Amino acid sequence: MSTFDVLFHRIQTGCETIAYPDGPAPALPDRHGGALQLDSTRCMDTCHACMDICPTQAIRRTRENGIELDLGRCLFCGSCVEVCPTQAITPTNNHRMAVRKKDDLILGSGARSQLRLAEDLGSRLIALLGRSIRLRQVSAGGCNACEADVNVLGTIGWDLGRFGIQFVASPRHADGILITGPVSKAMELALRKTWDAIPEPKIAIAVGSCAISGGPFHANPETHAGADGIIPIDLYIPGCPPHPLTILDGLLRVLGKLKNSASEHAE
Amino acid sequence: MTPFATLSNASSVSWDAIPQKTPENMCSSIAEAMANGARICSFFGLPSDNSISLNSGSKTIELVAVLAHDTEDALSVIRSMPFSGSFPSLTPDHPQAHLFERLIFEEHGLTPTGHPWLKPVRKTETNAPRNSPFFEVAGSEIHEVAVGPVHAGIIEPGHFRFQCTGEKVHHLEIALGYQHRGIEAALTGGPFPSGIKQIEALAGDTSVAHTTAYATNLEVLSGTEAPLQAQWVRAIALELERLANHTGDIGALANDVAFLPTSSACGRIRGDFLNLTALICGNRFGRSLVTPGGCRYDLEPERACRLRERLLVSLSEVEQAARWLWESSSSRARFERIGTLTPDDAARMGMVGPAVRACGLVRDVRFDHPAGWHRFAQIPVSVWPDGDVQARARVRWLEIRQSGEFLKEQLAAAPGGPLITPMPPLMPDTLAVTLVEGWRGEVCHVAITDHQGRLRTCKVTDPSFHNWTGLALAMRNQAISDFPICNKSFNLSYCGFDL
Ligand code: SF4
Ligand code: SF4
Repeated sequence: MSTFDVLFHRIQTGCETIAYPDGPAPALPDRHGGALQLDSTRCMDTCHACMDICPTQAIRRTRENGIELDLGRCLFCGSCVEVCPTQAITPTNNHRMAVRKKDDLILGSGARSQLRLAEDLGSRLIALLGRSIRLRQVSAGGCNACEADVNVLGTIGWDLGRFGIQFVASPRHADGILITGPVSKAMELALRKTWDAIPEPKIAIAVGSCAISGGPFHANPETHAGADGIIPIDLYIPGCPPHPLTILDGLLRVLGKLKNSASEHAE
Repeated sequence: MTPFATLSNASSVSWDAIPQKTPENMCSSIAEAMANGARICSFFGLPSDNSISLNSGSKTIELVAVLAHDTEDALSVIRSMPFSGSFPSLTPDHPQAHLFERLIFEEHGLTPTGHPWLKPVRKTETNAPRNSPFFEVAGSEIHEVAVGPVHAGIIEPGHFRFQCTGEKVHHLEIALGYQHRGIEAALTGGPFPSGIKQIEALAGDTSVAHTTAYATNLEVLSGTEAPLQAQWVRAIALELERLANHTGDIGALANDVAFLPTSSACGRIRGDFLNLTALICGNRFGRSLVTPGGCRYDLEPERACRLRERLLVSLSEVEQAARWLWESSSSRARFERIGTLTPDDAARMGMVGPAVRACGLVRDVRFDHPAGWHRFAQIPVSVWPDGDVQARARVRWLEIRQSGEFLKEQLAAAPGGPLITPMPPLMPDTLAVTLVEGWRGEVCHVAITDHQGRLRTCKVTDPSFHNWTGLALAMRNQAISDFPICNKSFNLSYCGFDL
């Protein structure tokens, strides 16, 4: 009885996987805001409202560049957007945020008012890993929400497997590592051992503001301020946690399955 | 004359009004109250010199205990005189004290005399928690299985040590601490603006419950209350959090017995519930929603309507997906009589949440100690008698239904009005307690201020702190291959335990 029920349901519902990236990307929740952008020419010289309210000191004023906002430290809480009197910091509603270099996450004046999206891994690595990549996930001191939204990519709605990306149970089977969490001191050794156990060539992906900068825990002595002091990171995916779409975009981008221009239709 | 100060959930008591006893008298008073049905919500030490540091050196320590009297809708507090050295352990008679006492030993160096298995809880000095001694079962046929800290899937880190003969598990010891981020220490001296962000990320799947408890304590300590509209939004978000996690866990259980229809449906529906939270505040995990003084995002009537429409669809989908699972006899055969806990053990271990309700015990903060919006709108307690994996799954299922009913009713009952109120400074020398029924069970926050109204401590007890031992007990005499379904049926938090 239930077998027929299930079959009938399957036929009736059809494919539940999102059309993206062939079709348009699903919309972000209207209050999400996506990546932030900064137009520091709008900043008033004496204003520091955003710096005072930011919970992670993601915003600072430098002598040469004026106000800078580090999306690697940002928790996307929206407080700075709320308090800014001149709308210098505004949401873009764009889910695309992954970058290859940590500095690319720092927003500033001029060309740096938006972040510089990740390039792919280069032809040699793409030839090796582009069609199928296996990742080992290490969770190291976060809150389990980044893990949850990485896991979501494995559900039928996202079906990460269709891109040849798979999470595996041993570092020996892996081509790379995906790290979440600021790296608690207690996890440092396990993270290093896992990284060492992955055969070359290999890549490392930091997901979430914790893994990039320590996130909400960046000042706690019991944690490191992100993974890149411990292992070299090839891809940074910001957010707290990043929306599954942001994570997927990062993975596809670094594997050369998505060109910067090719995905503009999402807007 | 009771040796305790009595208070209700989400209220405060002046530090001086809490009876102060010798450690011996304090412990015997606690033991007596527990013999009469009380249970421990929180039991901890703090430096007596009113200084704001969590890990004290050689200073004297005061112990504080918060007990719950569930049938009387009352909490009671007691504290000890400052002392150093040792205190009589409650654990031999009341095993639910065992982790609290180990933590007091770890944080303050006090020895609970008579504790049967005294070792640190989340210490990292010796490199990793798994380097501490483990209980060993002796015998030439016995073999040990060690798992973790890095697990095979996308899971938080922890270390499990099984003592087995063949497939059969005689004993499981769980060593955590890998997720320790020093959150309590970072809150001490506050409230700091960054505090709420650390609380949000204390256990990322329980953000709404923890932020509600933290914010309520600060509101109580500053002599104010969040506006009703904010209390309403918090109650709605709390049930959405429960719906998402319970649905995800039913799917995960189905996945572990390779029953894919339910597993794949629930995986998607769980995401739909998370998206309903994101409809309120933009974030799927309720980040930036709750803040001391109220909420940051409102659920306006039009938005509530949209939420309700999407909710109805997801509720009927999860109803169908769960029915497939209950009707599949091969799945039931894997869940029934596996990982059974007796009501007696569950009560003695002080367990909370769906895990204890699956042993037939009525224990639910929303019902026993209503605070916030739950003073006006109650949710019936969901229980199931058998104590096994199937019972834990069934309780989740009943709670999905009850949360759905609650939301359908309450979404139309917005009180309106302001969403946030300004926060005056905290009252000095005061203790506040808030319990919130998170989806795993009772979230307990105890906040104590110093002479200047700064936080001396903000002691957090995640439901997982009470329940991990329950998982270890449920594994006794089970096949080790049943560990995954036992584990999923509890789905406890590592980071919530480790803080
Ligand atoms: S949105 Fe980011 S940068 Fe702005 S205040 Fe929040 S954490 Fe800081
Ligand atoms: S980045 Fe945010 S969501 Fe991710 S682990 Fe850290 S606190 Fe949790």
